[in-house]
Amino acid sequence: MTLQQYLRRAWPLYVMIVPGIVFVLLFRYYPMYGVVIAFQDFSPAKGFLNSPWIGWANFEFFFSLPYFGRIFGNTLIISVSKIVLDQVGAIILALLLNEARHLFFRRSIQTLIYLPHFLSWIVLGGILLDILSVRGILNQGLGLIGIESQLFLGSNDWFRGTVIASGFWKNVGFSTIVYLAALTAINPVLHEAAAIDGAGRFRRIWHITLPGIRPTIVLLAALSLGDVLQAGFEQILTLYNPAVYRTGDIIDTYVYRTGLISAQYSLAGAVGLFKSFIGFILIVISYWLADRYAGYRIL
Amino acid sequence: MIRDKNWFSRLFDSFNYVFLTAFAVLCLLPLIHIFAVSLSGRAPATGGFVSFWPLDFTLENYQEVMGSRTFLRSFMISVARVLSGTSLNMALVILTAYPLSKSPRVFKGRTIFIWFFVFAMLFDGGLIPSFLVVRSLGLLNTLGALILPNAVPIFSVILMMNFFRDVPKELEESALIDGASHWKVLWYIYIPLSLPAIATLTLFAAVNHWNAWFDGLIYMTDNANYPMQTFLRTVIVTLDLTQVGISPQDLQRLSDRAIRGAQIIVATVPILVVYPFLQRYFISGIKLGAVKE
Repeated sequence: MTLQQYLRRAWPLYVMIVPGIVFVLLFRYYPMYGVVIAFQDFSPAKGFLNSPWIGWANFEFFFSLPYFGRIFGNTLIISVSKIVLDQVGAIILALLLNEARHLFFRRSIQTLIYLPHFLSWIVLGGILLDILSVRGILNQGLGLIGIESQLFLGSNDWFRGTVIASGFWKNVGFSTIVYLAALTAINPVLHEAAAIDGAGRFRRIWHITLPGIRPTIVLLAALSLGDVLQAGFEQILTLYNPAVYRTGDIIDTYVYRTGLISAQYSLAGAVGLFKSFIGFILIVISYWLADRYAGYRIL
Repeated sequence: MIRDKNWFSRLFDSFNYVFLTAFAVLCLLPLIHIFAVSLSGRAPATGGFVSFWPLDFTLENYQEVMGSRTFLRSFMISVARVLSGTSLNMALVILTAYPLSKSPRVFKGRTIFIWFFVFAMLFDGGLIPSFLVVRSLGLLNTLGALILPNAVPIFSVILMMNFFRDVPKELEESALIDGASHWKVLWYIYIPLSLPAIATLTLFAAVNHWNAWFDGLIYMTDNANYPMQTFLRTVIVTLDLTQVGISPQDLQRLSDRAIRGAQIIVATVPILVVYPFLQRYFISGIKLGAVKE
């Protein structure tokens, strides 16, 4: 087949892919080139091309700041707690839902527990600020049983816990979906055979149901590695305040404040690049693990 | 059907039903509380007397919200954003996924193209360079800043591509032999056969556009251009009463607790309306991303 013959048939395929390529070049690859600001003393007037180069100075400055350990520590503590709680919670919830035989009941519960996932952090943040305030309904409830008001969002003792718990509340229901899909794939004959052989309900959960979803558990554990630098930017930006920077400030919120509020583009760009770089390595490793141990490929 | 009749199993069942019900109620309760506040008079709402049932029932808060020009303006910006942004997303997802779903024999260079997109998904230039690019393109304070940077949701492209690959090849081959072009094959074969996947991805794109607020915060320097969720942030989250562009009286009024509740509910209602449709599809949507043999 000559090139001409090939193109006579295939040219629309190339036309179709052009718009996607243009957008991705402009809004994904051009910003990737823009990471050069991390090595420059960037000024908007001079742009990416003409700002003076200063090597690793932005990184050296950032690593010397006391914030460095703090924002990385907070990011890791919050994200790892969230990942572990979310996955464990989702597995338990999915198993419990699987044991509830009444189909209508199950559907209704699923509908309700997926819902918070689809609300924005502005809406949920508005709700949380309201119910967690000093005179909010939660503190009123605690007052009834003789516990004094707590500053859930305003004290360093509570902030991380509040973030982790509210993140759990928003997402755990939706996280059960993957496990529920895996549970429906377990052959019911296995359960019936085991029951005839005298296995009780909990033995069957332990020896049939759990092994049945083990590949899914392994897969999600591998993929979650790619998320350990994602502590929940939109959530924390909505809920935090200067009083809780010590326990609640994460990499993303620091980059946002430094770069877009204080306009220190180069410093923020360096911190952002550092995060993107580690994040990229983690994602590549997580995909490799997912392929190696769970046979998962996105392509 | 297996029946476990022993008492321990039954006890477990009762516990299970109670626990799951309690958890589901916990997911809904905060929303019910805010709903009750939004339907209550200002005095009991501000005083913190409302729990899960409105006191001094009134629709005044909603009238106030819907009568506010600043709120309505941001609402309309969000509607425009959802309509234009979702259409753009889906057009690009379908157009990009179709060639990528072909084998390298049919679409030469597929491997290079696919890595072009996957790398763009995995490596993030970061917030600051992205902001500088959008600004240098002159998009600040335009609708374009909200819909163009994420015009190609790459993960959706991959899901769509995987779905297209499961379309039986025989249909396409016979159409091509009969002289149909790839445009016709896409339009008359692939799209009709992929409607469930398209519906799922459309709903997810629409919900994302409706809920997005951070891009509005950074790309709109004049808050008269804020989409609704960004606007709500100034009113219900940061309570920043000094913002220019919104009259202080208007903002003062809108930040009253009962009216804040009404705004939260108004922002939630569109999600609740599409939610049943969303839910019907997302089990199949999830399967798209499941383990491939």
